[in-house]
Amino acid sequence: MAIENRKDMIKQGGIWVFILAELIFFSMAGHYWSVSNQAFMDPGNMLLLLKQSAPIGIIALGMTIIMINGNIDLSVGAIFALSAVVLLDSLSWPFMMAMGDWALPLAWGFALLTGVTLGAVNGLIVWKTGIDAFIVTLGSMLGFRGLVFMYNGEQPTSNLNWTLVDFAEAQVLGLHTATWFLFGTALVLWFVTTRTNHGRNAYAIGNNRDAAVNAGIRVGPHFMWNFILIGFLAALSAVVFYSESGSVNPNDGMLYELWAITAVVLGGTKLAGGYGSIAGTLGGVIAIQLLRKGLGHIGADTQTVNLVIGLILIAVLFLDRQLTRKGKEELKI
Amino acid sequence: MTGLTRQNLGTIVAKQGILIAFALFMIGFAMVNQRFIALDNISGVIRSSAILGVMAIGVTFVVIGGNLDLSVGSMMSFSTIVVLDLHDKIGPGLAIPAMFALTLLLGAFIGFLVGYLKLNSLIVTLGMLSAIHGLTLTWSGGKNMDIADKSGTWFSFFGQDRIMGIPVPILIFAFLAAVLAMVLSRTAFGRKVYAVGGNGQAATFSGIPRARIVFMTYLVSAFCVAVAGLLQASRSLGSQNTVGQGMELEVLAAVILGGASLMGGSGTVFKTVIGVLILGFIQNGLLLAGLDFYVQYMVTWAIIILAVWLDIAAKRGHLWSPIA
Repeated sequence: MAIENRKDMIKQGGIWVFILAELIFFSMAGHYWSVSNQAFMDPGNMLLLLKQSAPIGIIALGMTIIMINGNIDLSVGAIFALSAVVLLDSLSWPFMMAMGDWALPLAWGFALLTGVTLGAVNGLIVWKTGIDAFIVTLGSMLGFRGLVFMYNGEQPTSNLNWTLVDFAEAQVLGLHTATWFLFGTALVLWFVTTRTNHGRNAYAIGNNRDAAVNAGIRVGPHFMWNFILIGFLAALSAVVFYSESGSVNPNDGMLYELWAITAVVLGGTKLAGGYGSIAGTLGGVIAIQLLRKGLGHIGADTQTVNLVIGLILIAVLFLDRQLTRKGKEELKI
Repeated sequence: MTGLTRQNLGTIVAKQGILIAFALFMIGFAMVNQRFIALDNISGVIRSSAILGVMAIGVTFVVIGGNLDLSVGSMMSFSTIVVLDLHDKIGPGLAIPAMFALTLLLGAFIGFLVGYLKLNSLIVTLGMLSAIHGLTLTWSGGKNMDIADKSGTWFSFFGQDRIMGIPVPILIFAFLAAVLAMVLSRTAFGRKVYAVGGNGQAATFSGIPRARIVFMTYLVSAFCVAVAGLLQASRSLGSQNTVGQGMELEVLAAVILGGASLMGGSGTVFKTVIGVLILGFIQNGLLLAGLDFYVQYMVTWAIIILAVWLDIAAKRGHLWSPIA
């Protein structure tokens, strides 16, 4: 038991050790090879890093609970894009124009409602048909993307609202708005996964679905709530990001699902379900962003970033297996 | 045999559902627009589906073996870029085998990780998707790749020429499908792929080298990707670094549509080809019917869900899921 605990600690703490190693490496390396003379550990640089990791981060946090369930959601990128389109387009509707700044919270509401609805559609299909979430969301990834194109063809949707931009660029206590949303989401989800019935059920279902059913957990509605949650978070991520940028292309958000999954897996969550933590995912998100920024800082090209992240993902998987030593993590899809 | 009972009918619909749906689609589209069943239209659709189709055949092997391959899209970009780059450097005669060797090497690496090290195939190929994309960008320096002398090379044969009026991509697609269908259904290797995917433990106990079989399925997949890259490169004689981006999920959609189970152990090359053709003809039919291109996304969505739903509903005997 003690050994188990120690292994658990190594796995939980691993991502933070990795982040520390990245920080030390890039600071040292930056000192010798840096293309800019700005130090890597500069506080402004670090704050920006947190802000930049928010869009994928918020989605990845939601993906954690989905993956603890043993499910997966491939449609988050499309939900992200459609919510952004709704946010920016709704601001130009006549009755919204007439409302002045009061339209802004309403536009946020519409966008978030879009995410919730799309998530509910996924959840309902998973619940009622019993099709695996991988296939359901693979399909809706295409379908939702179709809705994005239906909205505005291949044209970008733009609407730059300065009140929104000011809000998104504001810094409270030094942290950007997006960072607050990232941390707020993490806090709420940490509470949900560790302190509520819903969280306990999530682990129970991921561990052994049949046992969970026998224990009286209503698995179907549970799945649906989690898909609604990730739909909401994908929309929240879009709302925070596009309030600032003010323009969305119909292809935006593509491959976000894969980045989010990468962050979650780096954070130690198991694909097979039943194991994972919100704190780990937060670490995974920060580690990836640190890697991108750090490699850029020492003058590596963007292509190297892809290569390194891919190989690290595989290495993490390998290390994880060495630590677990079960070798029986069959993909449950 | 006392005629068709309801249950019999259900089983038939479930088993041949994909063929029935295909036939209904073809008839429906043909009624809307006569041009749909014109020979040149049909050959055009098959020709443009060939690249996706070749990749889907390879992924079918991987999926039957109980694994996933999300790296085929970025691997196809890699082979396309490599063969175009080498074409001008060492000539097409050497460039093609060199590209095949490099692509197979990538496949072998994935096969080693998933087969011998038993790592989760979804994550491994997700990581390789990113890593191979990085490799492609490093190779090309991020620039588009073009053949210098586009009219003076026989390299365009694979993507653009015809033999006896039939476009070469269709011939390659059909030939590869026929050969690999035989491999899957008529050889010991094929049977072992089904065994490993259907019940890995049972396969191991009956002396089937599970790791080696999984390794081989990734080699087959990589080989098919190399063929797809060749077709793509030869068709356009120039390419972006992201030419295959997103294709991994389209390929998977076609394989699922063909009825292969993601849990492994079921599926055939023939049905995957049907899945590919359905996607291609739907796209074409909707365009000919005057609908916008994005409608195909939504129709594909509906078809994937319905196809899989009918399949599992027939297996469990209830339309709705039993989970509360």
